[in-house]
Amino acid sequence: MAEQYIYAVARVRSKELKLLTGQVFDALVSAASAQDAVKILADHGWGDGDINRIDEMLQAEREKTWSFIAELVPDMSVFDVFLYAGDYHNLKAAVKETARMERRDSVFVGKKECTVDPELMRNAVRDRDFEALPKEMRDVARDALDALLHTGDGQMSDIMIDKAALTRILAAGKKSDSDILRTYAELTVACADIKAAIRACLMKKDRSFLDRALAPCDTLDIGELALAASESVDAVYEYLSRTVYSDAIPQIRTSLSAFERWCDNLLIDKIRPEIHHPFTIGPLAAYILARENEIKCVRMILSGKMNDLSADSIRERVRDSYV
Amino acid sequence: MGDLGLFFAILGAALAALVAGAGSAKGVGMAGQAAAGVVTDQPDMFGRVLILQLLPGTQGIYGLLIAFVAMNNLGIIGGAPQQITLLKGLAYLGACLPMAIVGYISAINQAKAAVASIALVSKRPDQFGKSMLFPAMVETYAIFALLISILAINGVGAI
Repeated sequence: MAEQYIYAVARVRSKELKLLTGQVFDALVSAASAQDAVKILADHGWGDGDINRIDEMLQAEREKTWSFIAELVPDMSVFDVFLYAGDYHNLKAAVKETARMERRDSVFVGKKECTVDPELMRNAVRDRDFEALPKEMRDVARDALDALLHTGDGQMSDIMIDKAALTRILAAGKKSDSDILRTYAELTVACADIKAAIRACLMKKDRSFLDRALAPCDTLDIGELALAASESVDAVYEYLSRTVYSDAIPQIRTSLSAFERWCDNLLIDKIRPEIHHPFTIGPLAAYILARENEIKCVRMILSGKMNDLSADSIRERVRDSYV
Repeated sequence: MGDLGLFFAILGAALAALVAGAGSAKGVGMAGQAAAGVVTDQPDMFGRVLILQLLPGTQGIYGLLIAFVAMNNLGIIGGAPQQITLLKGLAYLGACLPMAIVGYISAINQAKAAVASIALVSKRPDQFGKSMLFPAMVETYAIFALLISILAINGVGAI
C-alpha cells in the first residue's frame, strides 16, 4: 500500500524546494529591521510585506501546509498526532472561557489545525455536554473544568489538560506505522516531561504536583524523574545523564529556551533521513514538521527584530533548517 | 502428445509477454505517479521525468520480443505451426522463463529506482545524467535474461 504515497511524496519533493533555507534564515536574522525581514519573507512568497499583518501571514502559511497535505492524503487521520496539540489548546481555552464567563475568539486555534471543531469544543464545555467530545477528552474536560471552578487554580487545570494531550499524542504515535510519527510522539512527550520537571523543580513544587504533570513515555522513567525533580535540579541532571537525553543537560543549564531549541533540532535531525524514503508517509510527516519548524523560526526572528534583540541573540534561538 | 508440446511452447511465449509486460505496466505506472507529482509543481521537468518514467517499460518490450522469437521458431507467426515433442515444448517453456521472471522482478525494482531518481532530479535537475544511471543499472539483469532466453530458444529450436 506504500505505493499510494508515490505521487504525494513526489509533490512534497517539489515543495521542499520552496522551504526556507539556512541562508534565508541568516538573511532574516541579519536584516536591519523587522520591516526588512518581512520584505525578505514577501520575496519568498510569505505574506505581502506588511509588518502589521505578521500573525495573518503565519496563520496563512500554516493553513497552506494543511491544505496542501489534505490534497494529497485521502485520510487525514494519520496526521492527527500533529493536531491533538491544537485540540487540547482549544480545550484549555474553552475551560477558561467557561469558568470566567467571557468570550475570547482569538485564543482558539483554527479548524484546520485541530481534529475537533473549536465551536463544538466551546459549546460542549460551556453546556457541560462532554459526550459531544471524543472519548479521550471527556474525562479530562470535566475534571479540568471542575478543578478550575472549585479551586480557581488555572495552573492545575492546565497541567491536567497538558498531561492528557501528551498521553494521547504518545498513544497516537505508537499506533502509527510510521517511524517518524512514533519518533515525533516520543520526543514531544519526553521533552515536555523534562521541561515540566525542571520548571516544577525551580518553582519548588512537590512530588504530587509532578505526578500529576508528567506523562509516561518509553525513553524516560517518570517516577525517577519526578523523584529527582522533587529533590533538586542537580538530581534531575544526574537522572538525565543516565538517559538518552544526556546531551540536553548543557542546554538546560543554559536556559529552557536553549533546551527547547535542542529538542526541535533533535527532531529535525531525526526526520532528515525521511528525505530518502519515497514510498512511505514519512516524507509528508517530515514536510509538515519542517513547515511548523519554519513558521516557529520566522515568528521567533520577527519577534526578536521587533524587540530589538541583537542578531547573535536571535541566531542562538533559530532552529536548524530541514533543507 | 505433439499438441501438448506445442501448448507448453506457446505457454512459455505467452508468459514471457504476459509476466514481463505486467511488471513493466506496474513499474511505468509507479514511476508515472512520481512523475506526475513532480510535473504538478515543476511543469518544465516534464521531459526529464518522462524518460525516467519509461525506463521500467523495456522489460515488456523484451518479453514481447521473446514471445515473437519463440512463436516464429514454432511457425505460429507464419501460420504453419510445427508439431513438436512434449520435451521440446517444455524446453521452450523453460527457455522463456528467464525473461518472464527476471523481467517482472527487474521492472518493479527499476521502477523503485526510477521513483527515487525522479525525486532526485526534481530537487537537482543538473544531476539528470546521474539520476538516469541508477535505474539503468537494473536494466543489466533484464538484458542478461533476454540474452539467455534468446540463446535458449534458438538452442531448443536446433534440437
